[in-house]
Amino acid sequence: MKKSMKKLAGLGLTLAMAAALTACGGGDKTTETTAGKAAETAAAGETTAGSTAEGTYKLGAIGPITGSTAIYGQAVKNGAELAVNEINAAGGIGGVQIEYNYQDDEGDTEKAVNAYNTLKDWDMQMLVGTVTSAPCIAVGAESSNDNMFQLTPSGSAVDCAKFDNQFRVCFSDPNQGAASAQYIGEHKLATKIAIIYDSSDVYSSGIHDKFLSEAANQGLEIVADEAFTADNNTNFSVQIQKAQDSGAELVFLPIYYSQASLILAQAKQMGFETQFFGCDGLDGLLTVENFDTTLAEDVMLLTPFAADAQDDLTVKFVTAYQEKYGEIPNQFAADAYDAVYAIKAAAEKGGVTPDMDASTICDILKVSMTEISINGLTGENMKWSADGEPDKAPKAVKIVDGVYTAM
Amino acid sequence: MMSFISYFINGLSLGSVYAIIALGYTMVYGIAKMLNFAHGDVIMIGGYVVFTVVSTMGLPPLAAILVAVIVCTVLGITIEKVAYRPLRMASPLAVLITAIGVSYLLQNIALLVFGSNPKSFTSVVSVPALKLAGGKLTISGETIVTIVTCIIIMIGLTTFIKKTKAGQAMLAVSEDKGAAQLMGINVDGTIALTFAIGSALAAIAGALLCSAYPTLTPYTGSMPGIKAFVAAVFGGIGSIPGAFLGGLLLGVIENLSKAYISSQLSDAIVFAVLIVVLLVKPTGILGKKINEKV
Amino acid sequence: MDKSINSKKFHLNKTTRSNLITYGMVIAAYIIVQILVNGGHVTSLMKGLLVPLCIYSIMAVSLNLTVGILGELSLGHAGFMCVGAFSSSLFSLLMLETIPNAGIRFFLAILVGAASAAVAGIIVGIPVLRLRGDYLAIVTLAFGEIIKNVVNVIYLGKDSRGLHISLKNATELNLEEGGQIIINGAMGITGTPKNATFTIGVILILITLFIVLNLINSRSGRAIMSVRDNRIAAESIGINITKYKLMAFAISASLAGVAGVLYSHNLSSLTATQKNFGYNQSIMILVFVVLGGIGNIRGSIISAVILTLLPELLRGFNTYRMLIYAIVLIVMMIFNWAPALIDFRKRHSLKRYFSKNTEEKEAS
Repeated sequence: MKKSMKKLAGLGLTLAMAAALTACGGGDKTTETTAGKAAETAAAGETTAGSTAEGTYKLGAIGPITGSTAIYGQAVKNGAELAVNEINAAGGIGGVQIEYNYQDDEGDTEKAVNAYNTLKDWDMQMLVGTVTSAPCIAVGAESSNDNMFQLTPSGSAVDCAKFDNQFRVCFSDPNQGAASAQYIGEHKLATKIAIIYDSSDVYSSGIHDKFLSEAANQGLEIVADEAFTADNNTNFSVQIQKAQDSGAELVFLPIYYSQASLILAQAKQMGFETQFFGCDGLDGLLTVENFDTTLAEDVMLLTPFAADAQDDLTVKFVTAYQEKYGEIPNQFAADAYDAVYAIKAAAEKGGVTPDMDASTICDILKVSMTEISINGLTGENMKWSADGEPDKAPKAVKIVDGVYTAM
Repeated sequence: MMSFISYFINGLSLGSVYAIIALGYTMVYGIAKMLNFAHGDVIMIGGYVVFTVVSTMGLPPLAAILVAVIVCTVLGITIEKVAYRPLRMASPLAVLITAIGVSYLLQNIALLVFGSNPKSFTSVVSVPALKLAGGKLTISGETIVTIVTCIIIMIGLTTFIKKTKAGQAMLAVSEDKGAAQLMGINVDGTIALTFAIGSALAAIAGALLCSAYPTLTPYTGSMPGIKAFVAAVFGGIGSIPGAFLGGLLLGVIENLSKAYISSQLSDAIVFAVLIVVLLVKPTGILGKKINEKV
Repeated sequence: MDKSINSKKFHLNKTTRSNLITYGMVIAAYIIVQILVNGGHVTSLMKGLLVPLCIYSIMAVSLNLTVGILGELSLGHAGFMCVGAFSSSLFSLLMLETIPNAGIRFFLAILVGAASAAVAGIIVGIPVLRLRGDYLAIVTLAFGEIIKNVVNVIYLGKDSRGLHISLKNATELNLEEGGQIIINGAMGITGTPKNATFTIGVILILITLFIVLNLINSRSGRAIMSVRDNRIAAESIGINITKYKLMAFAISASLAGVAGVLYSHNLSSLTATQKNFGYNQSIMILVFVVLGGIGNIRGSIISAVILTLLPELLRGFNTYRMLIYAIVLIVMMIFNWAPALIDFRKRHSLKRYFSKNTEEKEAS
């Protein structure tokens, strides 16, 4: 019996080996073509563009559409796609259509590099991505090596714009931490402050660290500083209780809206009523399906984008987005939308043509990015400095009767 | 002191959810001798069913839970039949890996059907919060209902196993499959019944989990699933009172260590306690000692 | 008499031959890939995947030592990978100026990673190996999670006064102006030099194979397997169970550490998440081992390669990618392991006709 089992294992192995060899030997060629073809079909499915005589720009994007950070990646995917479709419908970048290809990275560094390489095989010329910070840093090392222009919509860690080919649309984390502390201090919102943050998240702990140091300058007293982790992000009873016991007048939430919606609900359950204050990560709170918006009453946040702002650009974007994807866009979608338009502006300014290779385009865009100024969803007159940071002002908003109200 | 009581009670509430999930784990383990890694994801599906039924059909929460119980029971039986039964005689490891495959499958189906955006779950509980000690201590309705439900389920299950024929059959199958078959027990049917009960419990756990912590994503079930698995081992896997005790202890330890040691390291502390317990009692708190023979 | 000696010789040869096939397979794959790379036939995606393939092959072989040879189920193997990755990354960053030669530094980093993972393996192994079966599995899972959780709260900085460490946050390090944060809690380590190459990866696979295959065929290896097959019998003939178990476990852990070194020196950003060092990853590695055949070293490598490539090749399916992956996994498991299907394959396999002869010979 034992022997025959072994034999069988051997047989299975030979089969597997044969399979592996065909996959490896003649293989690399086949994989190449299938991968290439697949990418092409995917791209064809996603763009309305037909290729024109002058060729097309190949715009790649990377972010998670599976895994626990899929919410953010999906928003970026949609936001960028919407922008690409609009630009193509209006004639493209300087008359040239854009081809758009979005690859999944599952929010993982290793998969992000795989996604980047997939896009390179597709002959990507410019990259929007990646969505989350750690993968963005990993991809940055590759893209700077290849001299590939990279504009991340939402990679907010400092190192996401480390190299000269990397730019970002969102604020950097320290920038937001400092801005929040200054805002609270200058407007005398409170002096006793509790913080609840996600210590396992780059975005959250980045803001938190800077907020702590800036709070001291603003004369704010941190009475409770409570962390949670990604593995333990549904039960906040302890953190809320501690904030409550510490007598905090304001709870600072430098976290994303999915956890914030939970904190607000649990605070209500526990009978804790106080002022909550957050950053751009809280945008999206009101759009969580089935969320009781009365829970978010009086929550303040600093955000560059507000989905119910009444300016033409936002209204147009939100309507188009809702029509196409059936939900209200969050800040990630807006960042991605702006990212595509920024690339368009920079490419037109620098006189990029579609026959250039990625490296040439990158060299031109590195310069022209600092020369443009665009009116986007996430800021008016957005400009970029050579170190990749955007120059725009966050808006402070307060939720009143379930809608954002400027403060 | 007030805050200690409050941490403790919130820990009990968390622990009761773990306990209900752990009951499912432990039953399946006791009988099929397999770690059903997909159990956490059945909970997630249960949550989504309740959510969909309440928000689209407008049925009352209790009816929604009933629908979820039915859906999850069918799902559990189907999974058992399609994915696990063919591997009954194979290495337990093979079944474990298949269970992981099923877990990925359920997560990705939920991702495609419901999307990645979190849904805010409307609590199925309408019991008002209890205010004690002049309002200093609030015990939410969810906490009360979760703890009570957990106790009812525990007692119900124990009675079912002790008093009914089907329950006795389960016991027999878990002791010795071959002998049970010789005694005329329908082993396949008994195992399917176990999966059905485990999955039905998962649906209830899903509704309670999402009521206490009102968010719903395709990955909602995976971490509570793992924790409940730890709880089941903690109490002695295969033992029903053990799962109950393990779940409660786990919840309380997790909450207290969050409160008094470190909120970042609470998971590490929970796991460390588990290790210590297993070193002292290698088969868990209420586990039976198995004598090995050559 | 004569015959028995003969058959024994034949048997030995068979093991050696099987081992040689395994080495040959790796070397052949390496040569083919190198030729294709030099000929420019390999896509960037495949080029980028070469090092990860080595990483997961080493992980699979290393876990197979624990699961297949030692016979203990470990669900925390990624934890050792994590230890190797972080310790070696830390070493590389600290020594960036002291040892300018990348080759020597990386070599030392590999040793550091392997050694620290081995130490972790021994620390975990001493208590864990007293347990059995599923209890051991859950404790290894717990240890894996603890390692990941602890790594996530370490803050380590360097300035002119030396190293500073905190378990709370970066501000508490009180670094001087110009001080550098090396491990930044959940943000992990950024800027590890990218030293891992396919060639080094393949050399490490070969070394891993050499260690594991020689161990299996050594006196110690037979002792380890005797513990697996019958603990009590092994104990009764005077085999020191704890020693051999611990030995296999520590070797397995240190090999996982080596994989971790490759991992961290392949990406410039190293964080410990559920995805890369959590139980998800441990289970993924276990999937490689089980699918490749428990105790079958060559099978581990093959299934690691196939299963790492699979999700990448499925990229064309977009959002359905992971769904298809899950289905393929379930189907492969049932096909490979279901007794009914094994019977079916046995009845319809071509090999049966060829092997009939040898089987008769062996039986005699």
